[in-house]
Amino acid sequence: MCGIVGLFAKTKSFEKQLGCYFSSMLNEMTDRGPDSAGCAIYHNVTAANELKIVAMSKVPLSKNELLAAIKQSFPEASVQELKSLHFLITLKGKSKEAILELNRCFPDLTVLSSGSSIEIYKAEGLPKNLLDKFSISSMSGAHALGHTRMATESAITTAHSHPFSTGDDLCLVHNGSLSNHNRLRTKLQKEGIYFSSDNDSEVAAGYLAWRIKKGDTIEEALNHALEDLDGFYTFAVGTKDGFAVLRDPIACKPAVISETDDWVAMASEYRAIALLPGAQSAPTWEPAPGKIYSWSH
Amino acid sequence: MSLKYDLSAGTTRGLNQKLHSLGIANNTESINVINPNGAHALAVGLSSPLKINIQGHVGYYCAGMNQMAEVTVDGNAGPAVAENMMSGYITVTGNVSHYAGATAHGGTLLVCGDASSRCGISLKGADIIVKGSVGHMSAFMAQSGRMVVCGDAGEALGDSLYETRLYVRGSVASLGADCVQKSMAEKHKNELEALLICAGITGADAAEFNRFGSARKLYNFKVDNADAY
Repeated sequence: MCGIVGLFAKTKSFEKQLGCYFSSMLNEMTDRGPDSAGCAIYHNVTAANELKIVAMSKVPLSKNELLAAIKQSFPEASVQELKSLHFLITLKGKSKEAILELNRCFPDLTVLSSGSSIEIYKAEGLPKNLLDKFSISSMSGAHALGHTRMATESAITTAHSHPFSTGDDLCLVHNGSLSNHNRLRTKLQKEGIYFSSDNDSEVAAGYLAWRIKKGDTIEEALNHALEDLDGFYTFAVGTKDGFAVLRDPIACKPAVISETDDWVAMASEYRAIALLPGAQSAPTWEPAPGKIYSWSH
Repeated sequence: MSLKYDLSAGTTRGLNQKLHSLGIANNTESINVINPNGAHALAVGLSSPLKINIQGHVGYYCAGMNQMAEVTVDGNAGPAVAENMMSGYITVTGNVSHYAGATAHGGTLLVCGDASSRCGISLKGADIIVKGSVGHMSAFMAQSGRMVVCGDAGEALGDSLYETRLYVRGSVASLGADCVQKSMAEKHKNELEALLICAGITGADAAEFNRFGSARKLYNFKVDNADAY
């Protein structure tokens, strides 16, 4: 099964409450995915030449050890320790070099996100566990995507949890399963896309990152995805400026979208949207199969 | 007697138990259900002539397995509304998601907005009337009953159809395997007019509809052999 949610603020005042409402939405999707949960929140944009990375360690790691190592290559780096061995690293430099350096120094460290606005957090267990650990409800943000996972295709680990990010400020959450992910992963690896798991959804994220690298807009990349991805999916994709929703042409996996003057929300089920202010009277519709919906700030 | 049930204060199970017990007591005319907020499995398995009005959007499986009850959803319905309905009358004022009226044996489902994919899948005798359009693979393997679409039909309408009669006013994106357009005889116009009246639809003329049915080449039934059964 799995549940996905996305919330996009259309006003500055709603941005302040984004974390609070987003948390309610994700929590409401617990029944659809109690195995693990993850979220991507777009907020606290860095300065123009700065990059922020969220990385998660599989083994105990001290903040100072991480900082000392990264400062060797990025002297202006800073590290903030979050919960559950998640670290927020800010530095001046390119993400590719920074990620390679982190992987070289700490093989047990997985980069969850990189970019100027995106932060991804993941945790095993119920969504409430993730939301409480990272105090998501107190966060403000421009938009956020979340996923509650009921594992069908690969193991229940934090690394296999969504959202997947394989490009700066880009992430994807997926409800469904892809059938041609193995061959596509091999092809993308040859194109220089790096994968951190054997999960099918990560291949979809990698595919979009590859298309965008080749110059596609997010809409163009999703149009190509309709051709090249085989399987069942409802995708919600986050970019620096906004988010997009796409369902496969057969559209077995559910999705509902609502919009008001303050927000746009998508979820696997309406009950997650019902908790938002003004939802009762908001235009609400099921996204059509194979049609791309997108919003940007 | 009219009752009200607030789902923000009660539970789905509480509501369904209440509706079942009211059915047994049989002295209540109508029940208003408020704050459904997309909850699943509301008003399911009813077997008495209650009138239930749900004010707001509902989730999966609303009014499933219904017998005799008259259920109105004043809003949208999630997947599989009126699934396996046996009798009664279910109205949704908004849109419905996938599989509306799936496997329904009897009764009527009226959708005032659009229905998404697979509306009336494996229909077994109920009538489904959609004022708007239906999505792809609607009436897939539908066996008996009638489906009326005042708008358009998506791709693969009536794929692997048995004996459900389909009436579509607008365009049909494509027909599924073994589904063909058929002539509108007087008896079909009469049948359609009766269905439109039953649904309270006055703006649509039966003459504007096309009829679709099974070419009877795919399923294992030859009308010539009917006497053998």
